Amino acid sequence: MAIKQGLLALLSRGPRYGYQLRAEFEASTGATWPLNIGQVYTTLSRLGRDGLVAPGEQDEQGRVVYTITEAGLAEMERWFSTPVAQSDRPRDELVIKLAMAVAAGTDVRPVIQAQRVATMRTLQGLTRAKRANAESPAQRLVIDSMIFQSEAEQRWLDHCEAVLAASSQTHQTQERQP
Amino acid sequence: MSSEPVLRLADVTRVHGDGPQAVRALRGVSLDVTAGELIAVMGPSGSGKSTLLNLAGGLDTPTSGEVAVEGTSLTGMRAGDLAGLRRRHVGYVFQDLNLIPSLTAVENVMLPRELDGVRAGQARGEARTVLAEVGLADVADRFPDEISGGQRQRVAIARALVGQRRLILADEPTGALDTPTGDEVLQLLRTRCDAGAAVLLVTHEPRYAAWADRVVFLRDGEIADATSAPLESAR
Repeated sequence: MAIKQGLLALLSRGPRYGYQLRAEFEASTGATWPLNIGQVYTTLSRLGRDGLVAPGEQDEQGRVVYTITEAGLAEMERWFSTPVAQSDRPRDELVIKLAMAVAAGTDVRPVIQAQRVATMRTLQGLTRAKRANAESPAQRLVIDSMIFQSEAEQRWLDHCEAVLAASSQTHQTQERQP
Repeated sequence: MSSEPVLRLADVTRVHGDGPQAVRALRGVSLDVTAGELIAVMGPSGSGKSTLLNLAGGLDTPTSGEVAVEGTSLTGMRAGDLAGLRRRHVGYVFQDLNLIPSLTAVENVMLPRELDGVRAGQARGEARTVLAEVGLADVADRFPDEISGGQRQRVAIARALVGQRRLILADEPTGALDTPTGDEVLQLLRTRCDAGAAVLLVTHEPRYAAWADRVVFLRDGEIADATSAPLESAR
């Protein structure tokens, strides 16, 4: 999870309170990635321990302003300049489910069709969210990213269906041979 | 919703050819598109998408079943009446835009109205209004090869919208456009829908189908499944 680097990126624009960081993080990601305030403070204390941010003095309301350090700026830049590796992402349950359905010899077509309808509903929901957030570029890009991912999943499902249809025909032909 | 659908397909079947070679392109498809509704049709090649659209626009006739536009059945209609009904009520947007290269944008858009017998001055006024609506007021007097691909597509949409047609049939209207420009095309169709048009969109692109209120999946000439967008937000 990139919460640490995300908070550094927000702090690079100037000192912030913890609650401000939480609000800005959610605004930038179109609320697709909700953070609880506990995660924010845990992360800030780790960043402080590692010397990437410097907490200020508590004010009379008990609030602390956090400032990014030189090391913090360097870490943020390292993050922006490093591509995300596929292996950093969690395994996709859908891929495993379809592979297992094929392995178990069940009829995969209804699994694919049910997923296709569900993924399209997700895509419709994302598209509505995009229309509602048209004026915020950061939110729009986050929602676009999820739209592209859902779209890729939809295309992959079409592909699975075509490949399985072709292979079941080959399979039947082979089985008929002595 | 008690209002009459703008487009109604009732148990429509279309068979090409006869005897053992007969191909059943559509098998008993029923579909209503009401005013304000955007419906997307998806399906693999050969699933009947284009046949469905051609039947809806009266460009093809069903083997059995009925197609009605604005409450008027197309069955048994004389060719001349059918052409008139198409011009008055139905707008088409194709991937292949069919803009006439020797006419300016505004002349392309006013053409269907002039064919309808509307005076040139009024047709030009209507065309300018709808071009402004799609954000092309500035290029109305340019020729198709003087504007970008995205702008040309918007001219083609303006031509489909002019004259208050309520049924818009769109066949892969995003063609080879890049995704932000494709999104703009869908935004236009969506806006028109929200203003009371009925749109039937054929696309193989999930991202554009997702703009629809309902996505219909065709398989071997039949409706295999459909999504209705839930009214409440997902979140």
